Amino acid sequence: MKKEITSPAAFPKAEIGREMKGADAVVECLIREGVDVIFAYPGGASQELHQALARTEKIRTILPRHEQGGSFAAEGYARVTGKVGVCMATSGPGATNLMSAIADAYMDSIPLVAITGQVYSKYIGKMAFQETDFYGMTLPVVKHSYLVMDVQDLPRVFKEAFQIARSGRPGPVIIDLPKDVQQAKFQPVFPPTVEFRNPYAIGTQHASDDQLKQVLGLIAEAKRPVIYAGGGIISAEAHQELKAFAEKTNIAVATTLMGLGAFPESHPLSMQWFGMHGAAYGNWAVDQSDLLLCFGARFDDRITGDTSKFAKDAKIVHIDIDASEHNKNKRVQLPIVSDIKHALTRLNALAAAHKFTPPDTAAWHTQIATWKKEHPFGFDSSKHIVPQEAVQTLHELTKGDAIIVTGVGQHQMWAAQFYRFNEPRRYISSLGLGAMGFGYPAALGAKVALPHKQVIDIDGDGSFMMNIQELATAKIEKIAAKAMILNNQHLGMVVQWEDRFYGSVRGNTILGDENNVGSPDNPDALYPDFVKIAEGFGVKGRRVIKKSELRAAIQEMLDHDGPYVLDVVVPYTEHVLPMIPAGRSVKDMILK
Amino acid sequence: MRHTISVLVENKFGVLARVSGMFSGRGFNIDSLNVAPTHDASLSRITAVLKGDEASLDLCIKQLRKLINVVEVADFKEGQAVARELVLVKVRATPQTRSEIVQIADIFRAKIVNLAADNLIIELTGDDEKVNALLGLLEPFGILELARTGRLALKR
Repeated sequence: MKKEITSPAAFPKAEIGREMKGADAVVECLIREGVDVIFAYPGGASQELHQALARTEKIRTILPRHEQGGSFAAEGYARVTGKVGVCMATSGPGATNLMSAIADAYMDSIPLVAITGQVYSKYIGKMAFQETDFYGMTLPVVKHSYLVMDVQDLPRVFKEAFQIARSGRPGPVIIDLPKDVQQAKFQPVFPPTVEFRNPYAIGTQHASDDQLKQVLGLIAEAKRPVIYAGGGIISAEAHQELKAFAEKTNIAVATTLMGLGAFPESHPLSMQWFGMHGAAYGNWAVDQSDLLLCFGARFDDRITGDTSKFAKDAKIVHIDIDASEHNKNKRVQLPIVSDIKHALTRLNALAAAHKFTPPDTAAWHTQIATWKKEHPFGFDSSKHIVPQEAVQTLHELTKGDAIIVTGVGQHQMWAAQFYRFNEPRRYISSLGLGAMGFGYPAALGAKVALPHKQVIDIDGDGSFMMNIQELATAKIEKIAAKAMILNNQHLGMVVQWEDRFYGSVRGNTILGDENNVGSPDNPDALYPDFVKIAEGFGVKGRRVIKKSELRAAIQEMLDHDGPYVLDVVVPYTEHVLPMIPAGRSVKDMILK
Repeated sequence: MRHTISVLVENKFGVLARVSGMFSGRGFNIDSLNVAPTHDASLSRITAVLKGDEASLDLCIKQLRKLINVVEVADFKEGQAVARELVLVKVRATPQTRSEIVQIADIFRAKIVNLAADNLIIELTGDDEKVNALLGLLEPFGILELARTGRLALKR
């Protein structure tokens, strides 16, 4: 990485600011990074920063009602925009409450900058009031982190942090700021650029044309090719290139949940998404493929099940920006390190230049079409509202144009199965970490970023309860994010596993009185009363039990100009299907 | 299999924790670990000797390369690098055994760096084999204390 010698004029100049406090410099840095909103909960060690935020008009500061809510909101903002989400908390408990979102952003590769106040530097390491070693605690779940001990470092640290968070494979960066650093007066020098000695830190690697020609060569010989597209397509904004590539090569596409919307689900080549609860035909196609093209995904266990049996007859091409993902979970024949947008752009160009003709895969497409026809996502209707039906109705009434955010559990899978996603950044969900409570606060963040979009949190009664306090944020900050709770009075996904693998013994999975469980047939026992809770927060709510009222109730939620809680009472007996039991293979897929 | 991993890092606080966390988080037991600045004071070299299977170590190295403060990572296979270790060993030495110990040290080109009434401290530099051989011979006299740098290595 030798640098060419250039004239001094080639180096952009640093800018010297007026004298200010460290906290004001932080705000200056945020403005320079294009931050327009921050989700921040104050406390003793971050008060200076809030004072500085109060002195600017350029950044909207949103007060969540729990730091975890604020950090999930920042993630929601980042996930729908692709921009860096920013959250802030005080030291100690404020900081530890950010932990889940930081781990979540790490798992799902979401650009996030988390700023925390820290005790005065002279107290660090002395168990001062509200002190935790947040830098140390977060080490395994951050892309990078900083503890700033010298105020002069602030401008460089912030510039680096944002660059790291959004470049390459995005991820979370934390910046821990002792109170005395926030208070110190200095004259900041804002660097125009920052440099990293690690050659891989922010540099992006590009596939060579030779490597990509090999890929085209493999496609030309394939009889049963499949594209397996992940969240990398969305991070890289490469969905158009993917569509062009799939069309040019005539290869069917199955996405991961992270990749939902990376390829339009209404497209004839779409096999929707695959994995544990994914489309049966997508799973079968991947299983029986002879060439699997994995673009921007990581062979997660929820996708592969038993890796030794995963796509066992396929040659696998794996294009990913992160070299450490190659051969991590599954050995592949052709690993290529590359920004996926570059790779797909070049693949399309090479295919055009060499007049690439797709192989004859008519028989394979017929097979996929048969599977698709015989085993679409489906459910049996009931005299009650079943959760799948509620999602399907929401899809119809929003014409597939809403941003769907979810908690974690059965409802998360049904949202993915029965709402159709034709565009990226429309299914916002905690997928790698699987953090319950993600839904409503993340919906707030999404709605703040895209105020003109309909943003709906499809949630479970368990997940929704975990960050229910954010209804106050919605009300006070006038954020019109809606929640549609699929209320089955149980922790449904765990119940499903109990039913399938533990003889239906309930191990703390009933959320109300276990001797008088609420249900559509026993409405008096429903617990808690989400409508009353919403009312207490000043948020409009409605409970719907009767199937005949579902459509009107959803429409009322959509039409309401403000936050809204729709409590949809559903039976707990529905299972998410298909299902490939953990660690097993497609052969063991449960269809009924 | 034993591997010698050499990691060139920026000399900043927390870097060692990130690097060692990468090993511990994946269940590698570190046999030895050495950290010290290089000729460029802003860089340090971490040399770690550890056991692990090829595949997980390969993954670990790729993940090390992603750490922002890491500049370079190398996995030295046998014969690719010169490897040495420095050992200080305090041995029980009575007037009766002292000369025999000094003789052994001489054969190994080790130095006597401290002499006390009932013990002496020997300094030895060498590869694993030499170090183990000397320690084996000193054992019967009574090794009182031992400090080793762990393996240091540079590519040939």
